[in-house]
Amino acid sequence: MRRIILWAPLAAFVLFVILVTAYLRAPSDTAIRSHLVGRPLPQFALQPAVPSHPGLGAADLRTGQPRLLNVFASWCGPCVVEAPQLMALRRRGVPIDAIAIRDRSEDVAAFLARYGDPFERIGSDPNTQVQIALGSSGVPETFVIDGRGTVRYQHIGPIADSDVPALIAAWEAARQ
Amino acid sequence: MIGTSETRSHRVKSRCPFERSREREGLGFARHRSSTTLGPNGWRVRCLFFAVFLASATPALAQSRLPPAALADTQLPDSRQEAQARALMETLRCIVCQGQSIADSDADMAGDMRALVRQRIRAGERPEAIRHWLIERYGNWVSYQPPVEPLTWPLWAAPVVLLLGGFLLARGRFKRKARR
Repeated sequence: MRRIILWAPLAAFVLFVILVTAYLRAPSDTAIRSHLVGRPLPQFALQPAVPSHPGLGAADLRTGQPRLLNVFASWCGPCVVEAPQLMALRRRGVPIDAIAIRDRSEDVAAFLARYGDPFERIGSDPNTQVQIALGSSGVPETFVIDGRGTVRYQHIGPIADSDVPALIAAWEAARQ
Repeated sequence: MIGTSETRSHRVKSRCPFERSREREGLGFARHRSSTTLGPNGWRVRCLFFAVFLASATPALAQSRLPPAALADTQLPDSRQEAQARALMETLRCIVCQGQSIADSDADMAGDMRALVRQRIRAGERPEAIRHWLIERYGNWVSYQPPVEPLTWPLWAAPVVLLLGGFLLARGRFKRKARR
């Protein structure tokens, strides 16, 4: 008994070292997922971000058909990276609306002119309030919203080529 | 940050600096020679490369050009409400910087979260209701105040267990010493 007590601190220390090393070696996932997935969208109504597109409200996403909701900003580098993939989704018949975070109208217009415009509606969220209400943790993010306005899927970060099938699958699944 | 990004994008949008300086200095001979060796398209390609490299060298434009929200860095007129808001902000985690509270962070999103907290406090909402509203969206992660639930029972029990263990250990030692 006494022997065990003597060795216990060392054993605890070794266990501690093993745990710390294991967690240091494991790639950390720092993405914060929205807890709204599976729940209805919060109520919101946003002014148009650019004159060429109508603004966006929660009601516009309850059209009976699933839609993609892209959260982006003209000042965000990774949003440029995902622009071709959004265009590809649009070409495949996926309707996409957007929320521009903390953005100026002229900057959004320039961004769309330069990198392509796959969006039907673009709401402007100058103080990030709707983004926070969505539980979204940054730009870019893409949500799949079903026809009743329920959040069905969240993609965090830029959409890579390899992410397109999963997004289309989530969009198809939201039709049922 | 804002200033540099402004000048940077202006430079990308304007014409290639090579071209401009050559024109300004009027190096007719050089231009003539270069057009024979490279051709006008060669220069255009070079300028395109230059522009592409310039654009790709600035990926960290991750800051909005809009000014901070009205209540992000302005205290509420009612000092009691401001104290409430302040206390709440210190226990809410910044979503983008992850290791800081929104009271400490300079990130745009932290500023917007401070504005949200102050607006809601000013409207008479209780701090715990605001915390709950945020936890509903981001999970317990967003709060620095761990809730009491089965997963965190060891966390809450640890101080009591350690104190109790220490007390028993010390008592044993003192008893042995007294006996000797």
